[in-house]
Amino acid sequence: MRLKKIIDLLEGNLLCGEERLNDEVEFAFASDLMSDVLTVADSEILLITGLANIQTIRTSEMSDISHVLLVRNKRVTQEMLSLAIENGIALIESPYSMFKVCGILYNLGIKPVF
Amino acid sequence: MLYVGVSLQFRFHVTGGDFSSAGTASSEIKKVLKKLNVDGVVIKRAVVSLYEAEVNVVAHAFEGDIFVNISSEKISILLKDKGPGIVDISKAMEEGFSTASPQVREMGFGAGMGLPNIKRNSDFMDIQSVVGEGTTLQIEIYINNKNGEQE
Repeated sequence: MRLKKIIDLLEGNLLCGEERLNDEVEFAFASDLMSDVLTVADSEILLITGLANIQTIRTSEMSDISHVLLVRNKRVTQEMLSLAIENGIALIESPYSMFKVCGILYNLGIKPVF
Repeated sequence: MLYVGVSLQFRFHVTGGDFSSAGTASSEIKKVLKKLNVDGVVIKRAVVSLYEAEVNVVAHAFEGDIFVNISSEKISILLKDKGPGIVDISKAMEEGFSTASPQVREMGFGAGMGLPNIKRNSDFMDIQSVVGEGTTLQIEIYINNKNGEQE
């Protein structure tokens, strides 16, 4: 599924990474625990998280994750935005809860990594 | 890739509690490894190990230094910190065991997964600690071990 379709479905707002709107997203992983994200060997995933701090973006950088979705309107800091831009990461915010985001995407065929 | 016999050396200083800077050493090393055209899987294993270790220093120690040596064969990482040390290393290696503060947990860490994750991603790992003085962690990732299997 294209990233821009995911953003539409989740009433999302793309904060940076417009060049990634046509990227195909096949897998997703949802966690607030960055150590858990760092155990995922696959890189081509959409990270769904409620953790909005600089380590969310650092973890994505180290894991080669290019698509990050923050749930429940978590506020993105300027520091997070700058680091996301520097690393070419598409950063999206959605008003939906993590459960709702996961349910919608799972129903539409986005696959889990485990 | 580097010629045989040539190596690159880096040193970073880490301040305990400085969470906004945690990951800057890993980020620098990632850029260097990419420039050297090291395989993507090897880069990820190296930077995930280094990042977890860097977060550990920020989370637990007063300060520390990171020394990274990149050769044509391996990425060698040495982290030396001044801090409380680890009372029971085998316990610290257990998945789920953690002594992290609530502040560390708020940053998305401190679930007792860091050291096991470093072990999983590296080809060699050695940890020495003196309680009340500090901890030394040595990690090696072999450049040609693309499948990540432990040797």
